[in-house]
Amino acid sequence: MIEWVNAVVQGILLGGLYALFAAGLSLIFGVMRLVNIAHGDLIILAAYLGLTTTTMLGVHPFVALLIVVPAMAGIGYVIQRGLLNQTLGPDILPPLLVTFGLSVILQNALLEGYTADPQKLSGGVIETASVNVGGMALGVLPLLTFGIAVAVIAGLQWMFYSTALGRGFRAVSDNQDIAQLMGLNKAHVFGLAMALALAVTAIAGILLGIRTSFDPSIGGGRLIFGFEAVIIGGLGNLWGTLAGGVILGVAQTIGAKIDPGWQVLAGHIAFLVVLAVRPNGLFPRVSH
Amino acid sequence: MPEPLLSLTALDAHYGDFQALFGVDMAIEEGEVIAIIGANGAGKTTLMRSISGLLTNAPEQIKYRGQAIGALRADQVAHLGLALVPEGRQLFPSLSVEENLLLGGKTGRTGPWSLQTVCDLFPILQERRAQASTSLSGGQQQMVAIGRALMSNPDLILFDEISLGLAPVIIKSIYEALPGIIGQGTTAVIVEQDISKALSVSSRVYCLQEGRVSLTGRVEDITRDQITAAYFGVAA
Amino acid sequence: MSAPIVTRATRASRNAMVIGAVALIILAAAPWWAGRADMRLMSEIFLYLSLACLWNLMAGYAGLVSVGQQAFVGFGGYMLFALTIWGGLHPLVAIPLGGVLAAILSIPIATLIFRLKGAYFAIGTWVVAEVFRLSFAQVGALGGGSGSSLPVGIVKSLAASRSGREALSYWLALGSAVVIIGAVYLFLRSRRGLALTAIRDSEVAASGLGIDIWRTKLEVYVVTSAFTAVIGGLIFLQKLRISPDAAFSVNDWTAFVIFIVVIGGIGTLEGPIIGTLLFFLLRETLADFGTIYLLVLGAVAIIVMLKAPKGVWGLVRDRFDLELFPLSYRVRQQPNQKGP
Repeated sequence: MIEWVNAVVQGILLGGLYALFAAGLSLIFGVMRLVNIAHGDLIILAAYLGLTTTTMLGVHPFVALLIVVPAMAGIGYVIQRGLLNQTLGPDILPPLLVTFGLSVILQNALLEGYTADPQKLSGGVIETASVNVGGMALGVLPLLTFGIAVAVIAGLQWMFYSTALGRGFRAVSDNQDIAQLMGLNKAHVFGLAMALALAVTAIAGILLGIRTSFDPSIGGGRLIFGFEAVIIGGLGNLWGTLAGGVILGVAQTIGAKIDPGWQVLAGHIAFLVVLAVRPNGLFPRVSH
Repeated sequence: MPEPLLSLTALDAHYGDFQALFGVDMAIEEGEVIAIIGANGAGKTTLMRSISGLLTNAPEQIKYRGQAIGALRADQVAHLGLALVPEGRQLFPSLSVEENLLLGGKTGRTGPWSLQTVCDLFPILQERRAQASTSLSGGQQQMVAIGRALMSNPDLILFDEISLGLAPVIIKSIYEALPGIIGQGTTAVIVEQDISKALSVSSRVYCLQEGRVSLTGRVEDITRDQITAAYFGVAA
Repeated sequence: MSAPIVTRATRASRNAMVIGAVALIILAAAPWWAGRADMRLMSEIFLYLSLACLWNLMAGYAGLVSVGQQAFVGFGGYMLFALTIWGGLHPLVAIPLGGVLAAILSIPIATLIFRLKGAYFAIGTWVVAEVFRLSFAQVGALGGGSGSSLPVGIVKSLAASRSGREALSYWLALGSAVVIIGAVYLFLRSRRGLALTAIRDSEVAASGLGIDIWRTKLEVYVVTSAFTAVIGGLIFLQKLRISPDAAFSVNDWTAFVIFIVVIGGIGTLEGPIIGTLLFFLLRETLADFGTIYLLVLGAVAIIVMLKAPKGVWGLVRDRFDLELFPLSYRVRQQPNQKGP
């Protein structure tokens, strides 16, 4: 029995990581209706940037965040203004295909630069440390990841609903023309949104890299986890995205408990079940 | 003679293959209130979209304080002190009343208008400031839309069909507020289908018909018959 | 006075038909003039051409932008193995049967993922493909995660000699490309095809005309899934070996196919043909550079999408008003003629 409780708790904590995969995706979709197929590869890019930073400077991956977060934000701003803004419009094909192309480019560029060998970020003692809660040993790293996820989502929520920047995001999301009339340059606002999304992605990438090994090919899978968390939680709801990540995480750890080969499959099946029963997700944003 | 605040020179506008404006000339002096009238489809809203930068034109076709602005983006035009109250109000549904107003102040231009003075002009907005903008009545939404444009402290404000779809009593109260706005020295362009309302507050009028200026002059010099002819395109 | 006549055929399209027929005869005779490696390459070209035509029908005409068609490629491949090994069927029976099973399976899948719109639909199809991959990896009898080979007995049942087998599988690839191009062409000329074009041009207007959009899209999805599974069967009949990662590869069976269609010209029948030729030209030229060629391919696709969204064929068509597959109606003034 305690094993199952343990699986559920591990799943909840894993869900924090998935919520971090998903938060950037959710933010981008909310502001500009863009679905970025390269999102998963950008997570992996962040992990590799973390790897380079830690090996070159000899710092802990958490310290590397000081470099990787602004770097990813800068990359986000540049690709949004230089590339993705040109794809936005009523036709869904251009953003889809351009980000798909970007995904292939990123994957192969990483392959070229870092080879296909699996890599890992070394987190030191934090990787193995655990605390005892009610007879269960909880890893410090998963707990920390979950805490960071909650903090990031709370921060995004606050930014979105209580700051001038967030007001601009919502206004552009509502009506691009009228927002432009108010003096907002939508190209710049979209650039900022992508920068913020990739800043979150940077955190996700570093945490992923400490938790497991990674190689250039695993981006697609991370995109899918993030996407599933977004859809399970309901589009446009950040706390829902966290809940979606948790549900996905729990489904995976329970699946893995039954048979190790079923971990990812169980997550996909949970997603398909939610899609069948509640097509708008479990916590859709109340429309006005 | 000083340069006009806004001048249009042979302004054309297109939507794809469809041409909506043909060689429109217009000059608006500082402090004037201009009425632009015309039937549905005469090109009034297209004209507003061109001036405000939502439609791109050749640079020299639109000049503001002598600067060619025809090819500028709407946000750049807004920073120069030109504000549009769009047709159909078009508030941001995800933003509260107060947030809509604050967004209007995004350009950071200073002047007489602030959250406080806008709420003094339309006291009901003070009461409703935390509400979702979509929960307001049509008239109240129009007040937010006007207030939102004022928040940028514009030198030139364009009103596009502010009486459309509102009850007569609401229209009356909104038009009563106009002198309070224009009295601050703001130049205004009022686009209306309701001719008498527009003429009642304006000094000069332009009438558009099928994308061309069909009549222009001082309000007191123009007869009803001339307007009818210019409006409908038939000899009265 | 002469009356204008409405026609679909043009001189270019008639010439294209003649050239196409001659080319087809030459290609069909390849086993007598081409080497073993050339035939393999040409087979691969035909199979990619088929996949590209099918994806183009779905995405370019029905607006169903899927990045998960590898689900059906892999399913078709695995059905070939399962039905021949367990069911004792002849491969040429197993492959079409795999198509039928894919059609049946695609209906419940469609009812689920059609709930997702636009780009989310795309990722939803990818999830389905992943479910397929992970599920087949669980089937121990088909080799689980490491896959299995087609038993020699089954391979020999195709034809006794090696050259006979190679000719047969070449003809199957060529035949499938011809059948699929022909079927897509005839479908687009039919009433349903017109309905599809109407939906692509305006969903609102199409539903106003009484077209059942959901049903039309479902039909396209089911039919393309079935054909994709058949092609999948043929692909793995050539490879003779299958594994979950190869069968359900998003790069091999979707990314390349999408690039082919986008570069050639999405939403045209000619586009996939041009795109396939360009793709293999690029691949054969840059093959020595490894991953660089994928970088180039991705970059070319992005540039085409941004600068020439109608692809290479779109550029050609706009410039010369060409149409090799006569789909549009043209109004032509009939010259004055004397007598009957």
